Amino acid sequence: MRLKSLVPALYILFLMLPIYWLVAMSFKTTNEILAGFSLFPQTWTFENYTEILTDPTWYWGYINSIIYVTMNTVISVMVALPAAYAFSRYSFVGDKQLFFWLLTNRMAPAAVFALPFFQLYSAVGLFDTHLAVALAHCLFNIPLAVWILEGFMSGVPKELDETAYVDGYSFPRFFVTIFLPAIKSGVGVAAFFCFMFSWVEMLLSKTLTAVEAKPIAAVMTRTASSAGYELGLLAAAGTLTIIPGAIVIYFVRNYIAKGFALGRV
Amino acid sequence: MKTQNQRAWWFVTPVLLLVAFNALIPMMTVVNYSVQETFGDNLFFWQGLDWFEQVLTSERFHNALGRQFLFTFLILIIEVPLGIAIALSMPKKGPWVPFCLVTMALPMLIPWNVVGAMWNIFTLPDIGLLGYFMNHTLGLSYDMTQDPFAAWVTIIVMDVWHWTSLVVLLAYAGLVSIPNAYYQAAEIDGASNWAVFRFIQLPKMKTVLTIAILLRFMDSFNIYTEPFVLTGGGPGNSTTLLSIDLVKIALGQFDLGPAAAMSLIYFAITLFVSWLFYTLMTLNDNKN
Amino acid sequence: MAQITLSNLRHSYSPNPSGDADYALKKIDLTWNDGGAYALLGPSGCGKSTLLNIISGLLVPSEGKILFDDQDVTSLPPAQRNIAQVFQFPVIYDTMTVYDNLAFPLRNRGRDEATVKERVTAIAEMLEVTDMLNTRAANLSPDNKQKISMGRGLVRQDVNVVMFDEPLTVIDPHLKWKLRSKLKELHQRVKATMIYVTHDQTEALTFADQVVVMQEGEIVQIGTPVELFERPAHTFVGHFIGSPGMNVLPCDVRDGGAFFGDELIRLEGPVQSNSDGAAEIGIRPEFVSVSGNGSGLDAKVRKVADVGRHKVVEAMAGDRRIHAILEGDAPNAGDSIKLAFKQSQTRLYKDGWLASTPGEGVQ
Repeated sequence: MRLKSLVPALYILFLMLPIYWLVAMSFKTTNEILAGFSLFPQTWTFENYTEILTDPTWYWGYINSIIYVTMNTVISVMVALPAAYAFSRYSFVGDKQLFFWLLTNRMAPAAVFALPFFQLYSAVGLFDTHLAVALAHCLFNIPLAVWILEGFMSGVPKELDETAYVDGYSFPRFFVTIFLPAIKSGVGVAAFFCFMFSWVEMLLSKTLTAVEAKPIAAVMTRTASSAGYELGLLAAAGTLTIIPGAIVIYFVRNYIAKGFALGRV
Repeated sequence: MKTQNQRAWWFVTPVLLLVAFNALIPMMTVVNYSVQETFGDNLFFWQGLDWFEQVLTSERFHNALGRQFLFTFLILIIEVPLGIAIALSMPKKGPWVPFCLVTMALPMLIPWNVVGAMWNIFTLPDIGLLGYFMNHTLGLSYDMTQDPFAAWVTIIVMDVWHWTSLVVLLAYAGLVSIPNAYYQAAEIDGASNWAVFRFIQLPKMKTVLTIAILLRFMDSFNIYTEPFVLTGGGPGNSTTLLSIDLVKIALGQFDLGPAAAMSLIYFAITLFVSWLFYTLMTLNDNKN
Repeated sequence: MAQITLSNLRHSYSPNPSGDADYALKKIDLTWNDGGAYALLGPSGCGKSTLLNIISGLLVPSEGKILFDDQDVTSLPPAQRNIAQVFQFPVIYDTMTVYDNLAFPLRNRGRDEATVKERVTAIAEMLEVTDMLNTRAANLSPDNKQKISMGRGLVRQDVNVVMFDEPLTVIDPHLKWKLRSKLKELHQRVKATMIYVTHDQTEALTFADQVVVMQEGEIVQIGTPVELFERPAHTFVGHFIGSPGMNVLPCDVRDGGAFFGDELIRLEGPVQSNSDGAAEIGIRPEFVSVSGNGSGLDAKVRKVADVGRHKVVEAMAGDRRIHAILEGDAPNAGDSIKLAFKQSQTRLYKDGWLASTPGEGVQ
């Protein structure tokens, strides 16, 4: 029993080491970093954080990222809900082919789409807007959301729908007041995954933005390349990108175990 | 039974429009490039299938594809068994469960470029925790910017760090859904630990494991940002995976034709392998 | 095959039980004879599943011992106790065929394939699943799955006891009686000790030779179905078994007689000494007769329910409700009637426990 709990403990230790190093680095002064190895920050400094939180280019990077991630999560879940309902309840001409085609878009390498996306969103005048990134991320998030929600919806017995119609509910009212509450953990899980994949993606978000909607990821690469070796600053910026994810995952912690089965166990 | 209802198309229309906008138009652009040659100024010439031929016969593509398969193969044979083993040894209930789940899920929520940057800082030979440990405590010579083997080990370990939790969480979700009676029955039937795993736990985890392997295959096959930030494809071309090579050709050299042809071949391979794998995994279910 | 003795058994799920309320099993002393067909009957949460899991070894009791013949098995794991258990929900190994499912317990114990084949074939025949042996167990209907679970329990010839934990819960009603009679038949053929846990009195009374009734972690009575019905040792057994359950009326015992209000009720025989004071009279509805005039308790009919073979009359004697089961004619709601109790079936209960003995009626 002791030995058994050692496995997850060691694994978590392994996961935490690089994160610890990033956080430790972010509290070190540049001098200390360049002077050599030290396990703990010798002189604690908040300079790196102060710089990020007072420089608009830096903190707007975070705000931009949060804006398009939120937009993408809302759009993805909203349009995926009716589609997932259709796939879980009805059979219609081409349903299987459509479902499969949707899933294939998840398999498309983002690198394949980088250049065409740039041209497409420039052509429709959306380049360098939050909406462009939010829409582009729909490519892989909508299929995922449809697929997750379809799994959860198929777990709800059809009798629920039928009972509601017998009781005289209109479809929209049934969907909002009865069906949505029944699959609310599914909606939470789908939203969580959309948030996650939109938040961590960077190739497309970097390609589709220049100044106005520049995500934090792109700001970081600029720092790394132009200002040379500002490791402490880079570490602080990286540390700050972990926080939104940590907050989101803390809120869904009780759904993770079941939710990760995506309604398919 | 599902009801026949053609009006269901209205429900899927928004999804269809959004995904089609994002998938079909760029895909057509890619197809367009793949059969033409341009010398700039928006002048294009019909090129037929020459680019495809060129890509398919080029050693550079073969090498990148080979590296890609090696990478995906290695991370799958490490992450899947490791993920299952960790899921099996996790507590089923108690205060430690949410703690384990949250900390394990954390790496997946870190932006991919930060993952690359974090591992870069972590492995710096003289001031990184791992680099310092390898070079100064163990006395090994470890520098992934110089040594291809070290670079490979590092990107593999980074991916294991980044994504094993996905396998753990999916496998764990499968495990907790097994009713206790199954374990009790197996105990009474005198089943060994191995038999419990082979005949109870593994079958019950099959669906979620199929999902896990598919997701890991697709995502690792498309991986770009993390290894790009960490190694930039180097040293030399030793860690230039397919996506990295593709971006180099398309955006670095602006060879749009070959890049587009390569994109389509790349996409087709991903699709084919996913389909093959899915068919094999579900083959057994359709028997009897 | 063995006689199973439970001695001074107590079990609590909390690590530091502070009082009787913390014990799921309060104190159990019980002997199961080799080859018997037993039912363990009680409402949900009475501790019967706990008791079962202690016998099978899935739980280790907080106190007390379990003996198989003379061997103390209290701390032995299930695999070494040589027992079999069938669970509420069918447990089958999805990826195996029916044959492999049935062979599983034998193969795990290293029996050679010839023996395995012989036993599996025999059991499959008994359960009438021979034609399914080569199909994947995952594709069976719930009742067939449960049959396979039972088969795995019966396939080993030397098991000390086969336990059934509410095995018919998920089975369709029209298949329940079929499986139940199958079980009874199996018991007669394999002659292994069987313990059948249920909260359904019909299942218990039809399956078992001996029924053990439990309530709140205690055994209240052990007896044949007839004994449980005719002489409940506790008012709980009276309530729990029978439909409707036994009538229980408060009474006052004085001068050696039991009085319901001012009315003297004739009991089956002498009461235990020092029973004076408040007590209860127990009489089954089957032994209450109704007449328009004559002697007996005055009562008013509240309602009459026709349940097919007989009618159930619900009458009020003062503010007390009394049920009577009548064959043939019955009064109408609102009628004033007289209720008479069959003397040989009228019992006295003191603090819930039986306090009268059969014999000469007392005045």
